[in-house]
Amino acid sequence: MHIVVCIKQVPDTKVIKMNPKTKTIDRASAPAILNPYDAHAVEEAVRLKKRYGGTVSVLTMGPPPAVKAIKKCIEIGADDGYMISDRAFAGADTLATSYALSKAVEKISTLKPIDLILCGKMSIDGDTGQVGPGIARRLDIPPLTAVKKIEEINIEKGYAIVHRKLEDGYEVVQSALPCLCAVEKEINDLSYAPLPNMIKAARYQPHIWSVNDLEDVDRKQLGLKGSPTVVGKIWTPEKPQGGTMLEGDIQEQVQQVLDIVLQKRELFTEWEGGR
Amino acid sequence: MNFEDYKGIWVYIEEQEGVIAPVSLELLGAGRQLADKRGVELAGVLIGNRVKHLSQTVFEYGADTVYVYDDPIFEHYRTEPYMYALLDCCQKHKPEVILYGATPTGKDLASAVATDLPTGLTADTTMLDIEEDTGLLLASRPAFGGNIMATILCKKYRPQMATVRPKVMKALKREPGRTGKVVEERIWLREEDVRTKVLEIVRETTKKVRIDEADIVVAGGKGLESKEGFQLIHQLADVLGGAVGASRDVVEAGWIDHHHQVGQTGVTVTPKIYFAIGISGAIQHLVGMQNSGLIIAINKDPHAPIFQACHYGIVGDAFEIVPLLIEHFKQA
Ligand SMILES: Cc1cc2nc3c(=O)[nH]c(=O)nc-3n(C[C@H](O)[C@H](O)[C@H](O)COP(=O)(O)OP(=O)(O)OC[C@H]3O[C@@H](n4cnc5c(N)ncnc54)[C@H](O)[C@@H]3O)c2cc1C
Ligand SMILES: Cc1cc2nc3c(=O)[nH]c(=O)nc-3n(C[C@H](O)[C@H](O)[C@H](O)COP(=O)(O)OP(=O)(O)OC[C@H]3O[C@@H](n4cnc5c(N)ncnc54)[C@H](O)[C@@H]3O)c2cc1C
Repeated sequence: MHIVVCIKQVPDTKVIKMNPKTKTIDRASAPAILNPYDAHAVEEAVRLKKRYGGTVSVLTMGPPPAVKAIKKCIEIGADDGYMISDRAFAGADTLATSYALSKAVEKISTLKPIDLILCGKMSIDGDTGQVGPGIARRLDIPPLTAVKKIEEINIEKGYAIVHRKLEDGYEVVQSALPCLCAVEKEINDLSYAPLPNMIKAARYQPHIWSVNDLEDVDRKQLGLKGSPTVVGKIWTPEKPQGGTMLEGDIQEQVQQVLDIVLQKRELFTEWEGGR
Repeated sequence: MNFEDYKGIWVYIEEQEGVIAPVSLELLGAGRQLADKRGVELAGVLIGNRVKHLSQTVFEYGADTVYVYDDPIFEHYRTEPYMYALLDCCQKHKPEVILYGATPTGKDLASAVATDLPTGLTADTTMLDIEEDTGLLLASRPAFGGNIMATILCKKYRPQMATVRPKVMKALKREPGRTGKVVEERIWLREEDVRTKVLEIVRETTKKVRIDEADIVVAGGKGLESKEGFQLIHQLADVLGGAVGASRDVVEAGWIDHHHQVGQTGVTVTPKIYFAIGISGAIQHLVGMQNSGLIIAINKDPHAPIFQACHYGIVGDAFEIVPLLIEHFKQA
């Protein structure tokens, strides 16, 4: 079985700083990490490999430093890494991103046919969650989002059975293979990278392709040119002003909370319902 | 592409077991404003099995037209059949804007439709406007974990599409008896041609109120010290009839499961009252609750960032204050 996992390197949004002058993200202020959701996708692929045998390849589109994210995936247990990197890809929105990635997937599949593609639920920087379904549509394979469990992969009979998270439970879905699953974090717990993997990762050199290495590419659909969405204005949301601090001893404070909450009783009108 | 051919604002009406998702009604409210500003029609697109009768509700919440695809093949949501229906509708009736709820289903469907059309799709919008003369949709959204807001534009393609977060827009007051035009459409798709099958649906029927729909959320953080300490949060939620929320650190400590996590990587909530107890107020937590109607924070550290984001704050020990609150609310 050959699984391809799409992974993205992202700035750690927890520590990211804003440039107060330009009001833009100061990317240099935040360390670049493997998108946390994608770590779970790679982990899942490695577990499937242990269960069914096969190969795990990871694929990223990004600038040269994104090699680091690939190495991280090798540590987790991926076998091969592919990266597409070119000025022509820069400034891509989700539509142009899914186009470029689907072209790379096609090329990987000529080297070794692909049975399953995994993505993260979303990235933590752009956080749209749109790239996974986009890739699936372009390759004309079923997209399965919100996957929280992969129950069975049956290569011979050509199907997968997965659990998709619903707002109030989950559904069990059977899909033809190949398909694309965008996975939730709860799909697994990350394990510690075994030492041999770390050693392999340190030495590992991924396959790096430019746009010229891909087949049948319509350049008009790449990068900024191929992106229907553009970012207009960017601004930093106003920091909240801070609230009223309740004074007095603890009894008085509790009484005030009570008064405030009970005053809002009129807020508790029932929603009319959509029936 | 001739922009003149594309007219009208559409809302994808999300339906499950005969009930319309609240976010779809909210979007009809937002869509009505956009349509009026442009002087065009507002339409709902309703896809499902035995859903035609729901058109009436869609009219009563502001739509002029409802496009209906009613067929057993739409019994459960699946990307491909739903996508084909929506693509068919776009081809026939050419809207200038389509709005979807930023729910798991809405996002899944919108992403697929955008790729096939193709057109641009703005994700997780929280502010919407439209240019009266050009019809350019101004969809603004938080990105980078809530650190920035960006207005996303789609200048060269039609329709323009956006998913919009639940509980941000306001539904109109229902106008009983308001009617409009029902347009029934269909696509010719056989079950054998659909590559996915829903084998089973498991509803994890917790009696507890769903956290993203609750009017009151009582959320606790690492300040509660242990799973036992966290029981205070459950007790306060119980007396208030509210739902229990938690910070990520609490979920990671295993005191409660992931469904309860509020924030960037959990659920976004906008209850009428939000209690943040023993929660420091990291940005990733704040983005999930900062639009709540009334935020009350309890924390023993006067410098905790949560106090910047609350309406009322108490500096104090949760273990002293919460039991008193429980006792008083029981009597109230
Ligand atoms: C402020 C801001 C707002 C934006 N808003 C929008 C918007 O509303 N609509 C829009 O179309 N674009 C938007 N973009 C652009 C978008 O972030 C980029 O297109 C990006 O390349 C992919 O989208 P994402 O980060 O949202 O990925 P997601 O769709 O959230 O990623 C889902 C999964 O796809 C895979 N994946 C994503 N990117 C890559 C990659 N480069 N290489 C390999 N795998 C990948 C990963 O498995 C990932 O977990 C925005 C960008 C910025 C800076
Ligand atoms: C990519 C990413 C995504 C994330 N997503 C989320 C998310 O979705 N949701 C989320 O919540 N976090 C998220 N986080 C984690 C977030 O950054 C914080 O680490 C987390 O919210 C902190 O949880 P906390 O407030 O419970 O704990 P702490 O930060 O440890 O705060 C505990 C607070 O309790 C107070 N306290 C202690 N004892 C008492 C007492 N007796 N009485 C009253 N107060 C007391 C302390 O003063 C302190 O302020 C994310 C982080 C990253 C990097």
